[in-house]
Amino acid sequence: METVLIAVAVILLSGIMSLIFNKIPTISTVFGVLGIVFGCIVGLLPVTAILTEGGVDAIAWPWSVPGGSFSAAIDPLSAVFLAIIFVISIPVAIYGASYLWHYRTEHNLGVVWFFTAVLIASMTMVVVARNAVLFLVAWEVMSVSSFFLVAFENRKRSVRRASLLYLIATHIGAAFLLAFFLLMGRDSGSLDFNDFTPPVGMAGLVFILALIGFGSKAGFIPLHVWLPEAHPAAPSHISALLSGVMLKMGIYGLFRTLTFFYQPEYWWGIVLIAVGLSSGILGVLLALVQTNMKRLLAYSSVENMGIIAIGMGMGVLGWTTNSPVLMIFGFGGALMHCVNHAMFKSALFLAAGSVLQRCGTLNLNQLGGLIKGMPRTSLAALIASISIAGLPIGNGFVGEFFLYLGALSGVSSARTDIAGASIAIAIGLALIAGLAAVCFAKFFGIGFIGAPRSERAAHAVESNWLMTVPMTLLAGLCLIIGLSSYAIPQILGPVVAAITRTSSQPFGGTWSGAGTLLGTLTLATVVVVILIVVLSVFRYLIIRNRVVRSSITWDCGYAAPSAKMQYRGYSFVQIVTGLFAGLLSIRKRTVLPAGLFPRSSLLMVKAPDAFLSNFFEPLFRSVGWTLGHLRRLQHGNLQLYILYILITLLALMFWKLQ
Amino acid sequence: MKSNLPALIHLLLALFAAPLLPGIINRTKAFMAGRNGQSFFQTYFDIFKLLQKGAVYSRTTSWIFRSGPIVNLAVIITGLMVVPFAASPALMVFDGDLIFFAAALGLARFFMVLASLDTGSSFEGMGASREITYALLVEPALLVGLLALSRVSHSFSLSGILYTSGVIGWSVGAPALVGGALFVLFLAENSRIPIDDPNTHLELTMIHEVMVLDHCGPDFAFIQYAGALKLWLFGALFIGVVSPNLTDSGIWIREGFAIGGMILLSVAVGIVESSMARLRLLKVPQLLVGAGALSMLAAILVLG
Repeated sequence: METVLIAVAVILLSGIMSLIFNKIPTISTVFGVLGIVFGCIVGLLPVTAILTEGGVDAIAWPWSVPGGSFSAAIDPLSAVFLAIIFVISIPVAIYGASYLWHYRTEHNLGVVWFFTAVLIASMTMVVVARNAVLFLVAWEVMSVSSFFLVAFENRKRSVRRASLLYLIATHIGAAFLLAFFLLMGRDSGSLDFNDFTPPVGMAGLVFILALIGFGSKAGFIPLHVWLPEAHPAAPSHISALLSGVMLKMGIYGLFRTLTFFYQPEYWWGIVLIAVGLSSGILGVLLALVQTNMKRLLAYSSVENMGIIAIGMGMGVLGWTTNSPVLMIFGFGGALMHCVNHAMFKSALFLAAGSVLQRCGTLNLNQLGGLIKGMPRTSLAALIASISIAGLPIGNGFVGEFFLYLGALSGVSSARTDIAGASIAIAIGLALIAGLAAVCFAKFFGIGFIGAPRSERAAHAVESNWLMTVPMTLLAGLCLIIGLSSYAIPQILGPVVAAITRTSSQPFGGTWSGAGTLLGTLTLATVVVVILIVVLSVFRYLIIRNRVVRSSITWDCGYAAPSAKMQYRGYSFVQIVTGLFAGLLSIRKRTVLPAGLFPRSSLLMVKAPDAFLSNFFEPLFRSVGWTLGHLRRLQHGNLQLYILYILITLLALMFWKLQ
Repeated sequence: MKSNLPALIHLLLALFAAPLLPGIINRTKAFMAGRNGQSFFQTYFDIFKLLQKGAVYSRTTSWIFRSGPIVNLAVIITGLMVVPFAASPALMVFDGDLIFFAAALGLARFFMVLASLDTGSSFEGMGASREITYALLVEPALLVGLLALSRVSHSFSLSGILYTSGVIGWSVGAPALVGGALFVLFLAENSRIPIDDPNTHLELTMIHEVMVLDHCGPDFAFIQYAGALKLWLFGALFIGVVSPNLTDSGIWIREGFAIGGMILLSVAVGIVESSMARLRLLKVPQLLVGAGALSMLAAILVLG
């Protein structure tokens, strides 16, 4: 445990050093990167020990804050999330060194590195904290430091708006968490997690508070509205950290909440599945209508958090109905997807950042053909796209396979409600996976291949190795997990046991069964890979001595084709958006060519987020209008304020006298 | 996973005999139209001819374009290893192999779609957009149908599901409904009428054919061969679901039924193609959702 605290100290200290040397970009960058990399490596040591050997590593120091105590611990559940934080932060920091260098003249890099270090350190504290006060302090530091990172390019109006929206959303979430922890501590009289006893008769309320509080951080629909604004606004490596890691803090919070109860209630599972399905389907639909790469990725995070929620719901359902298989595959799949999403989403954001720096735009409609000039960025983006679309070989499929297996076993359940829920999950997952495939065929197919749609895309050159190596590393991790899934049940067994507070022994049979099963799955995936290699060699051998010519793409005899004629961001998904038009609010402006010699025509497509424009904006406007009446009480007249104080004191006195 | 000899023989049978199926379909269509038609072995001739050719590549394309046909063929051959044939287990049997099967086909499609987008042609973009959209509707229908059968058979693998669905026959109705859905999916996945027309002459109306306009030589041979294997793959799935109880029958009856079923299915496809026109593109989703509804109905039936 102390090792993790040392890691936190190293990271924080290097952040402070970067801040001190903020006048000299070289020194602050060196401190920032080295501190984070070194701190994360130190932090990984105890984490791997807990993950391989199990057990709990705890400390508790007294703390003079009321209700607070400095109790922290690493159990297998914390270890999984710590592993996510540390593993992702290393490549992100290395990438950031080169990415931020671009901004050194206009921005103060020392400040960015300081807040990055604070963000990583605070996320670590969130995961190890075992006292509500400590947890909330770490949570708040995490939210505020990430706010400053989102506001990096604060000279842009859109960035200021996004960061403000984020600040408001995160604090509304925090308010629910405050209420949640107060209720949890009410009956136990202590704010230490170990002493928590769920308030009698209010378990449901507590769960809903946690779901809103943590769900707003994880970005469940409809609490996601800040996410597609804030994540794209941040520098790309910070987007990777926010989407890949910080969203998982919301998921961690929900998992931790489950450990506070001896057994959750049945309907929580149903609620989680419903939230997950709606987040998954709406999230991916909103993702696939985006033409800005980073916005697309941000919405896709909403979808992936949905998949994780489905897994948690399935786990809770299994827990409350005594079906261990459902519970194991549900929780296991959710945890697996947390790890996987961290990897492929970070890789994708890093790739998008590389595109942004080399082409000056993230608009898919001005990209294309990057695979020629930027082969390494493109390869990383391709592998991550395969993974995120839940296709075999990538790691995303492994987590989804867990969930499908759970659904498959649930379908055979004697309880009709479980079987029905399982079928709903299977349909939902299949639909989400299919839509994700469309979304990322668009992301890669429009952005990275085909003919370049702008001059800058045509002449893009590859980023330097400081940027390409980290994303290649993350993409490589996706492939490694995708092809070694047999090892996963061993690692996740103790984690699920930690959530459900059972010994991992009862699952022994199911787990070893799952291990063998995933071994076969790995084998099947390897067969695909081997066949690909064999067929490639075969093709190479037969074509080696033949005439291979280069020409233009067949264009139906049209004499002057232009890259603009290709399918683009919207046209590629037009049929899909047509099928789901009821769930999206797409606005089109069309000016058709008119007359015998038409001069111009126009098609503008916008897909605004209906939740923000039709729900939250009116809601906040009406709240603002209602509360605006209170302004009459506050008109700056000192005498009147003294009168308020007097009235309050008198009222209190009479209340006390009664 | 057990390796077994019959499964290996079935795999080899599929690899060698699959190109006959397009031949049978075409011969049926020719017969219906009063023509003599091409040889039953025409697909073999085509594939061999293409394998001996060189290639022309567009300057717009990259290695993605070349990888599409390879990944596609690799996945379909792997698919043949998990789908059982003639009421005997497949080469690879594991719980959840049906999910692997569906997801692997998704991988193949993903690469074919990328390969077509790699050409930068708006025709191929059009095909890609259609292909991946319709696949979106095929996948849930396929999965729910198989899940319904999984509940009836208490089995989590394709081999188990298809084996038992033969044993219980159509007594519970679910296999019949799923069979109906699978026939539509069989036509959709293999780009046949009424979803897609392999013989259409206009790029604007194509789905699958327009995606592969720029492929030639050995790459196109791979695509043709994979197309034939895919007919076999989904044919085996369909026949597995609708076949009667053959557990007590001898090996020749089982093999004969499966192979005869494949031939009959090809003839049926030929008859469908001769007797109806391709649906308008906007109607295709309705047909696929209809297939999904059949699967869903089967699922509701077995839940009750």
